[in-house]
Amino acid sequence: MPELQGILFYLFAALLLAAGAGVVTMRNPVHCALLLVVAFVAAAVLWLLLGAEFLAIVLVLVYVGAVMVLFLFVVMMLDINFDRLREGFWNYLPVGLVVAAGLGVQMYLVANSGLFDLQAHPNPKSYAAGESNTAELGRILYTDYLLAFEAAAVILLVAIVAAIVLTLRRRKENKSIDPAVQVAVDPAQRVRVLQIEAVKPVESAAGEDAGKPGKQSDGEGGS
Amino acid sequence: MLAEYFPILVFAGLAVGVGTFLIVAGRLLGPHRPDSEKNSAYECGFEAFEDARMKFDVRYYLVAILFILFDLEIAFLFPWAISLGVIGAVGFWAMMLFLLLLLVGFIYEWRKGALQWE
Amino acid sequence: MVDAATATLAGWFEPLLGAYASWLAILMVTVAQIVALVLPLLITMALLTYAERRVIGAIQLRIGPNRVGPQGLFQPIADVLKLLLKEIIVPADASRLLFYVAPVISLFAALIAWAVIPFSPGVVLADVNAGLLFVLAATSLGVYGVIIAGWASNSKYALLGCMRSAAQIVSYEIAMGFALVTVLMVSGSLNLSDIVEGQRGTSFLSWYFVPLLPMFLVYFISGVAETNRSPFDVAEGESEIVAGFHVEYSGIAFAVFFVAEYVNMILIAALTATMFLGGWLPPFDFAPFTWLPGIFWLFFKIAFILFVFLWFRATFPRYRYDQIMRLGWKVFIPLTIVWLVIVGLWQLSPLWLWGK
Repeated sequence: MPELQGILFYLFAALLLAAGAGVVTMRNPVHCALLLVVAFVAAAVLWLLLGAEFLAIVLVLVYVGAVMVLFLFVVMMLDINFDRLREGFWNYLPVGLVVAAGLGVQMYLVANSGLFDLQAHPNPKSYAAGESNTAELGRILYTDYLLAFEAAAVILLVAIVAAIVLTLRRRKENKSIDPAVQVAVDPAQRVRVLQIEAVKPVESAAGEDAGKPGKQSDGEGGS
Repeated sequence: MLAEYFPILVFAGLAVGVGTFLIVAGRLLGPHRPDSEKNSAYECGFEAFEDARMKFDVRYYLVAILFILFDLEIAFLFPWAISLGVIGAVGFWAMMLFLLLLLVGFIYEWRKGALQWE
Repeated sequence: MVDAATATLAGWFEPLLGAYASWLAILMVTVAQIVALVLPLLITMALLTYAERRVIGAIQLRIGPNRVGPQGLFQPIADVLKLLLKEIIVPADASRLLFYVAPVISLFAALIAWAVIPFSPGVVLADVNAGLLFVLAATSLGVYGVIIAGWASNSKYALLGCMRSAAQIVSYEIAMGFALVTVLMVSGSLNLSDIVEGQRGTSFLSWYFVPLLPMFLVYFISGVAETNRSPFDVAEGESEIVAGFHVEYSGIAFAVFFVAEYVNMILIAALTATMFLGGWLPPFDFAPFTWLPGIFWLFFKIAFILFVFLWFRATFPRYRYDQIMRLGWKVFIPLTIVWLVIVGLWQLSPLWLWGK
């Protein structure tokens, strides 16, 4: 279905561009983040059309399923006044235009450098039905590209440590409970069952009463 | 590739269609009589006295970051698991080293109390 | 049969459309297949709501719905009709468009993964190579419905419920992902049909739940947590935050969330059956058991797992939120990593029995 492939490419490329334009122009940051999700999904479909099955699904899994969830959490949680962020738009406009022009020139140079030439990158060989893209990737990733793979592990480790160092705060009014301590409680240490003698008739000797108050206060303390 | 995924594409369109159809049907069949009391946010009978979009505990953010990192780890594990028969012992121990490094991170996380929900 | 139908249809349209006839034929057959998948699924979902109320009623010595139709069997239809005729109330401060979009996304995420579930040999909508990966990616989209619903409602309970729910869903997704990786290690294929065929043997002892027993339990329990079902339903804990992320939803918009939740339950049951309980394979591979077509065995397994869902709900009290997070991060993730290493070592050793 080569024609269909072309139609789908233009359809999703247009969607990607429209969503990307929306990301930078929408006023509400939550809408921006959601449009970025749309952009990622459209990009995944484009990768799928190129035959990059594993990468396309991982794009959805990691970027849509995880990274954008974080973005949404942050955007929803930070109570930013977005009108104030827009102040000074006209003052910064010249600087912004210079940066944009610089970026444009760079992108033009890179695109024209021949690195993206169709001759330099012929079409990837098409996979036979049933041949797994993922397995091919696994075959080289863990043998030929071992160093890069382990470097990825180190980067992930640094990211874990950094995330914790930057965000972990202990709150003072913390009332958390350790389930292990809860389970390990020994009933004998918490409750003391006292056998208090029934009140004796008034006739009892005065000498006996003297010893009692001590016992009773002890019982109250334990209950 | 396209032949395999084409039904999924059609299915995606129809799945959105089913949901949209139900909502539109509900909108058309049901009454629509708004009034300010009915449309105010539900807060157990109290007047809602401020915008509900408030600041949240940073812990949610930490959970989301750790989730990304572990999700990436899973993305690395998938090609490894499928090609385990081909890459043999070298590939196996390469992944063990990878897991060991991440285990260090996990233990750090645990000891720091980042996994403790307060 | 599918190819034959496509060819016949293409023949019919040939005089009218010429070269585009085959396209139209393929599209029509695909749509027919999707309808044949979604319609029974929605009927099952409706019956599941009825079964839930009857089963929990029976467990709690109540009767449950028994008035509409024989034994109350038409109760779900009555419910749907009622909800369709109710007003969809949109809160005044809500983001209107996103408020309507959220339930649609929920239902979309619940349905889309069904595209790769095989029902019997060759009976699958899209027989993709990376089926398992697709399932994981598709289920990870479900969290968006929750987040958008909570945020768009602009209500405190909704927002609290959505944050809780989203954090819980992502936490359990990791454990689920690791469990899937161990399935993949054993099967050596991402294709769900291949995974089922890999479990073929003389009896149920060759199914993957035997070598992966801890992963089977982790996957299923994570599935319960992922669908926000009791005892992990703090996201809608009635006594704390009323109904959580969908507190502001009414009428059919609420019903769509409800449908999505139940379709997700059936999905988790189908995936558990496919990956750990041999899918369409009979429990013993000889005479009386092989007479029944495979699809019935799959249905029995799904029905059993769904019953366990309901059983859980009737039996266990709700977890506290910190306990939920503890179970996900401190119990399931270490357990899955350890089992992953064990399975890897086991496969390297000569003691491995499940073939490669």
